[in-house]
Amino acid sequence: MDLFAFVKPKNELETTADKQHNVPFVPEEMWVKCPKCNTLLLTTDMEENLHVCTHCHHHFRMSAKQRIDLLTDKSSFREQDKDLTSKNILSFPGYNEKLEKACKKANESVRCGTGTINGVLTELCVMDADFMMGSMGTVTGEKITRAFEYATENRLPVVICTVSGGARMQEGILSLMQMAKTSGAVKRHSDAGLLYITVLTDPTTGGVTASFAMEGDIILAEPNALVAFAGPRVIEQTMRQKLPKDFQTAEFVLQKGFIDAVVPRASLKPTIARLLKMHGYGED
Amino acid sequence: MANSNTNPVNTNTAYEKVLAARDSNKLTAVDYIKYMFGDSFIELHGDRRFSDDKAIVAGLAMLYETPVTIIGIEKGRNTKERMERNFGQAHPEGYRKALRLMKQAEKFRRPVLCLVDTSGAFPGIGAEERGQGQAIAENLMEMMTLKTPVLTILIGEGGSGGALALAVADEVWMLENAVYSVISPEGCASILWKDSAKAPQAAAALKMTAQDLFGFGMIERIIRQPKADDQSMFESLKLLIMRTFEKNLALTDEELTEQRYARFRKIGTIDSELIP
Ligand SMILES: [Zn+2]
Repeated sequence: MDLFAFVKPKNELETTADKQHNVPFVPEEMWVKCPKCNTLLLTTDMEENLHVCTHCHHHFRMSAKQRIDLLTDKSSFREQDKDLTSKNILSFPGYNEKLEKACKKANESVRCGTGTINGVLTELCVMDADFMMGSMGTVTGEKITRAFEYATENRLPVVICTVSGGARMQEGILSLMQMAKTSGAVKRHSDAGLLYITVLTDPTTGGVTASFAMEGDIILAEPNALVAFAGPRVIEQTMRQKLPKDFQTAEFVLQKGFIDAVVPRASLKPTIARLLKMHGYGED
Repeated sequence: MANSNTNPVNTNTAYEKVLAARDSNKLTAVDYIKYMFGDSFIELHGDRRFSDDKAIVAGLAMLYETPVTIIGIEKGRNTKERMERNFGQAHPEGYRKALRLMKQAEKFRRPVLCLVDTSGAFPGIGAEERGQGQAIAENLMEMMTLKTPVLTILIGEGGSGGALALAVADEVWMLENAVYSVISPEGCASILWKDSAKAPQAAAALKMTAQDLFGFGMIERIIRQPKADDQSMFESLKLLIMRTFEKNLALTDEELTEQRYARFRKIGTIDSELIP
C-alpha cells in the first residue's frame, strides 16, 4: 500500500556499534524526543509511522519532500518552476544572508508540480517550513499562482499543504501583494468549476491564512496544527493575558466552523483520493 | 547593520512619514466622506451575520450625479471615538460588512470607493474565533472578480492584510503622507533585530512610503495631503475619482476584471523590474 511507501532506513550505525563494542549502543541522532509527551522515540520508528509520535500521536513537521512522498504515488511527481528562487529585490539588510542559509536547507518555501494521488492526476503545492518558516515571498506567490493557472488551463484539481509563519517581511509590500495575486488565481480556478483542497499543517498563520489557505472548497487540517491569522504571541501582547490552552489548534478552529475536518496523517492520502474521485477526477 | 547589499536610505524621512500617517490630528475617513459627499451620504450598517463593526464606516453617497458605495476604515477623531472605532482595527464582521456592500454595489453596477486607514486587522481572541483570516481571504478573492469599478485610496496607515482586504482595486492611490506595508516598522524591527527602537531603520528598509510605492509601480497616483478647509482640493479629488470611475464603467465586465487581475498578476513576476 503506497500510503506506507516510506523506506525504512537501514540502521547501519547501530549494527556497526554492536559489532565493535558488543554492547547495545544507539547514537543520539537515532533518537528524537516528542515535544508533546517527552517520550524518546527511535527515529526509524517515527519515520515508519509517518513522523507521528507512536505514543501520543503528535504530528511532527515534515519537509516538502517527505510530504510529496506521503501524498503522491511513487515516482509520479513532476516538479514545476524549480528554478524560481527568491532574490533580495528591496535590498533589505541581512536578507541575502538569510536566503543563503535557507537555500542550504530547502529548495524554496513551496514546491509545486503535478502528481497522481491514488491514480488521480493533481496539481500539488507543498510549502516547506525549512525555508524561512514557509514565509510567503514573491517566489512563493508566483509559484502558487502559476500552479493555479496551469491547473485551470489543464482542468486539474489543486491540493495545497500549507505551513507558514506569514508574509516575508524582507520583501515588503511585494510579499503582501502575493496574497491578492494568489487569491485571484484561486478565484479563476474556482470559477472554472475546479476543485481546490487545502491541508493546513502546523503552523499556518498570517498572510497565508488570510489568503489561499482559507480559500479551499474543502479545508482539511492535521491534528493539533496551529491555525491562526494573528499568532498567539501577538494576541497575548495585545490582550495582556494568557490564552486558553487549545486556542487556535486545528480542533478549536474546526469547532468554530472554519475548517471541514481534522484528518490524521495516516488517513490524509486516502481521504484526499476519495474527495478527488467524488468530484469526478480520474474517471477517464 | 550597514550591509554591502543595502542601498543608502534616508531613515528619517521614511519613519517621519509613518508618524505623519499615524498623526491623530489628520483627517479620517468620516472627514473625507463629509468633505466630498456632504449630506448625500447614507450610512449602512451590519454584516447580516454577527454584528456591526464600527471600525468600518460604509454607505451610499452621490458623486455628482452618480450613486457610489463608500467603505472606509475609521480610526476616530478623539479618544471616545477612537475607543468606539477600536482604533480603526476591524474585526471579521467589519470585513464581512464591507464585502456585503461590495456585492450589493456589484448588483447595481455601482462604483465602490474604499478609504483605508488602519494599523491592521484586529489581533484578538474574538477576531480569531470568528475567522479573521477567512474574512480577509474571502474579500481578496471576491474583490478580484467584482463586476463593478473599485478604487482604493490610502488616507493614512495601510497596515498589512487588514488594509489589503479593502485594496484589491482597479487603481490604488495614496496620500503623500500615507504608508502601506506588510508589517509595522516596530513589529519588523522587534522580530528581525529584537529591538523595536530600530523602527526607523525598518521603515526605510520596508520601502513603505507613497513615494517608494509609486516609484516601483505599486500604486497609480499620489494625492496631495488635503486640509479640512481646502474645499478646492476635495473638489479636484472628486473630479479625479469620477474620471477614474467613468473610464472603468465604460469597460465590459470581462475587460474590467481582466484588467484588475493583470494589475496584481504582474507584481513580483520574476523578470519584471521592481527594483526601486
Ligand atoms: Zn508523543
